[in-house]
Amino acid sequence: MIQYAAILLFVLGLYGIFISTNTIKMLVSLNILEIGLNIFIISIGFNYQGIAPILSSVSDTGLIYVDPLPQALVLTAIVIGVGTTALGLAFAKSIYQKYQSFDLNDMEESL
Amino acid sequence: MKKLFGLILFMGLGVLIILALNNTISFPKFGSVDLSDRVADAYLDNDNVSEVGSANIVTAIVVGYRGFDTLGEVTVLFISALGVAFLFSFKKEKRLDLKFKPNFMLKHGSKLLFGIMLVVSLYIITHGHLTPGGGFPGGAIIASGVLLLYLADDKFRSNIKGFKVLEGVAGSLFVIIGLLGLILATSFLENFIASGTVGQLLSAGIIPIIYVLIGLKVGSEIASVVDNFLTEEESA
Repeated sequence: MIQYAAILLFVLGLYGIFISTNTIKMLVSLNILEIGLNIFIISIGFNYQGIAPILSSVSDTGLIYVDPLPQALVLTAIVIGVGTTALGLAFAKSIYQKYQSFDLNDMEESL
Repeated sequence: MKKLFGLILFMGLGVLIILALNNTISFPKFGSVDLSDRVADAYLDNDNVSEVGSANIVTAIVVGYRGFDTLGEVTVLFISALGVAFLFSFKKEKRLDLKFKPNFMLKHGSKLLFGIMLVVSLYIITHGHLTPGGGFPGGAIIASGVLLLYLADDKFRSNIKGFKVLEGVAGSLFVIIGLLGLILATSFLENFIASGTVGQLLSAGIIPIIYVLIGLKVGSEIASVVDNFLTEEESA
């Protein structure tokens, strides 16, 4: 079941953010969490008989589409995920330039 | 200790979420969704589709029904690009050195490939209301073409001022088109051009125009983020 896999990815990402002190690992965990959430939102509108919600010249009587609204929301979420990841990587790079380490514990020691 | 505690805590959270999926109307059984009791039924209705004019329903939602939401989304991307530029603002900057010397084939082959990528991205952007794709993936392809040029040529530096101007113009035109909807029709971002026949390239009113603007804006924003990451402070 895709939904359980998505919840597993979400929980793994949350766990990674909780235990890791390396900023790059935290960003990777954040992205795993986002992927899990996106798959979950897509799976809410899925239908086994459904096709992609794009109309064609073929007559559409009797065709079932998957729900287009979760897909539109996930499109938004992906773009915002790219923005937050870019900003987080910029923070990580500036931390590295100042402390020569990506690890938050090393950063704390040199304070 | 912290790891064990975290593992137990988040596994408990996962079990709690799974138990909450109890096949109600908001979380139906996987793969057997009935669209007739959802708002998507109205989006897929034939009368509404011919009024909006976009064959791709996801595009109709993103740019048509939820155009204001997309304006906010583009603003979030703009603010994050602004934050990256602010963090990497040096007085004297030079681009990062490559660890190898690129040869003739790599330099000129990447330029050839960049042209092809640009054409593909323009196709994806302009056909956003007919086929899968649109402004966001097309813009990402433009930005990855710029990244390719950076990685394949050790002297390449993109015209970052040009990207800033393009981004500003595209963003302003998005808002101006929205305001034109307020003047010529009744509400912000309302479709004031005739929507035409569903399925043709020149259809769906302002949706392709806005998606082209979004594509240019996203492409120039991500390209300027790439440029910011590949420059460093000159140590001299």
